[in-house]
Amino acid sequence: MAEPILEVRNLVKYFPLTQGVLFKRQIGAVQAVDGISFELHKGETLGIVGESGCGKSTLAKVLMSLERATAGEVLFKGEEISRLKGAALKAVRRNIQMVFQDPYTSLNPRMTVGDIIGEPFEIHPEVAPKGDRRKAVQDLLDVVGLNPEYINRYPHQFSGGQRQRIGIARGLALKPEIIICDEPVSALDVSVQAQVINLLEQLQGEFDLSYMFIAHDLSIVRHISDRVGVMYLGKMVEIGSDEQIYEHATHPYTQALLSAVPVPDPTGREGRERIILSGDIPSPANPPSGCRFRTRCWKAEERCSTELPLLAVPSLEGPAAHESACHFAAEREVEQSAA
Amino acid sequence: MAKSEESAAGAALLQVDDLQVEFVTRDGVARAVNGVSYSVGAGETLAVLGESGSGKSVTAQAVMGILDMPPGRITGGRVLYRGQDLLTMPEEQRRRIRGRKIAMIFQDALSALNPVFSVGWQLGEVFRVHEGMSKKDSLRRAVELMDRVRIPAAAQRVNDYPHQFSGGMRQRIMIAMALALEPDLIIADEPTTALDVTVQAQVMDLLAELQAEYNMGLILITHDLGVVADVADKIAVMYAGRIVETAPVHELYAGPAHPYTKGLLRSIPRLDQKGQDLYAIKGLPPSLLHIPDGCAFNPRCERAADRCRAELPLLQAVLDEDGADLPGRRSACHFWKETLHG
Repeated sequence: MAEPILEVRNLVKYFPLTQGVLFKRQIGAVQAVDGISFELHKGETLGIVGESGCGKSTLAKVLMSLERATAGEVLFKGEEISRLKGAALKAVRRNIQMVFQDPYTSLNPRMTVGDIIGEPFEIHPEVAPKGDRRKAVQDLLDVVGLNPEYINRYPHQFSGGQRQRIGIARGLALKPEIIICDEPVSALDVSVQAQVINLLEQLQGEFDLSYMFIAHDLSIVRHISDRVGVMYLGKMVEIGSDEQIYEHATHPYTQALLSAVPVPDPTGREGRERIILSGDIPSPANPPSGCRFRTRCWKAEERCSTELPLLAVPSLEGPAAHESACHFAAEREVEQSAA
Repeated sequence: MAKSEESAAGAALLQVDDLQVEFVTRDGVARAVNGVSYSVGAGETLAVLGESGSGKSVTAQAVMGILDMPPGRITGGRVLYRGQDLLTMPEEQRRRIRGRKIAMIFQDALSALNPVFSVGWQLGEVFRVHEGMSKKDSLRRAVELMDRVRIPAAAQRVNDYPHQFSGGMRQRIMIAMALALEPDLIIADEPTTALDVTVQAQVMDLLAELQAEYNMGLILITHDLGVVADVADKIAVMYAGRIVETAPVHELYAGPAHPYTKGLLRSIPRLDQKGQDLYAIKGLPPSLLHIPDGCAFNPRCERAADRCRAELPLLQAVLDEDGADLPGRRSACHFWKETLHG
């Protein structure tokens, strides 16, 4: 396997909760990301799935240095970047770019497409000298499948799928090595989603990009990802190759999440076994003790409330042997395949 | 979860007949619904599948009589509830059907609920307005309803405000409100789109259970092919304001008879496609101000021929290979035969 381009070690991001106007006291913290570790390899796509409030978007913001990490390390090609400032931060940021979820609000309606895609060059003039910028923007439009003549149009003149292409072109402008895609297709119509996914895959091959692909649509994540990480309430609960996660999940949350996804095939729907979780995600300001999933887990035991399960490889053979943060990961897999 | 197709057939509870709705905008007239017909019976689930702008929600709003007029206007067609035309009925009479006989569940529960009144008050309003109940009695009924949709500790939470509930719980309150007067028919417009998958499963389960218990008709409006496959008895696929295909759920997924449906089903990522390009329908849905001549789907269709650009295909019967009629199946494609069998 290629060497990791991005390494995340015990990353923590807490948002303080304060009380009082004049004398602010901290009364707690929203534990949005709480001790996450993973690696992203060159040319790889890492999918991150989880429900709203699990911290996946906060994770993306911390990796982009849009939020300061509370603790932990982010290493880009071996260099710690989470505490960089000024010129050093600016230099690193060029290499990690982002594509946002909503192409309607992430593009400034008063700027032309040329200005939007060319804006990164203002901040990093070394990438494209002033005289070449128009040409560079037109090349980018061409790369993402838009007519280069559209350079003077405004965002409202484009459809949702086309706007997302503009967002992707902006992400590509600085020739980054990593692109973080935060729900890049969930605001798009079904028939347009596939077009954008295909474009992302084609660009990855063309520019040797590494993707972190955050989404809640599990079938799309499986299609595009080499590895998948599952998050729950600020923790990574399971991570492995797409086959390991989708076919041999050992964490009960992953199992429940997968079984809750509606399958677009009515055959045998009456007999389909479903794990329906009760309740909602607890508040990240006051997470349960021990395993964070235990309040909704149908197999929680005494031990789960006292002891935090760590992400570890259970003693199993074959594809079930991948990192999972459940005390009973070894038994789970056996049970599931027997059922 | 769902009933068999036969038992569901019965006499139609609601029949929409050649409905046409348009909106007058600054840029011209947008023809949002161009002759939509469908029907739903007691205990039956009809899924209306379509992308944004296909007219699926506008049709439902016209049925409920909550279309904004102007800018909208209904230019033709009938909406029959148990044989009575709702569109020609006096508003006073229609009010008695709305809510009591036909109720609606909206997509975004947070904006559908009033933030300045407690949920108990809002649930009780149904009883106060429709049944002239006292404040005290209506609150008691509100607690019963919240219990019915399995909101934990309903008696304690009845005076809470919408923002104090989670997304899933808010959607349960919307369901409770729709069920309050035990209607015959529920129209659910993207009821789970704003919810997470694990919560979506809970809410769809609850809805299916209540539907079976009260033998209600359900019109489920959605763009999610997965949700449809899970709960629908029959499906109407909409594109650019028209129904392009109708079929019983199993048959639609097994063999679509319209290229648009076929394209949608093919664009779902499948296991064996890993590492390959996904199938993508080319182009974009048309603007309702400029719907293409002939078949509205023709600029995006792989099978489009000259005929498709000139002649509007009407919904027509779909036959099996021996020429026998396939009940419930209709396709608005000149080449349905080639699409289905070829």
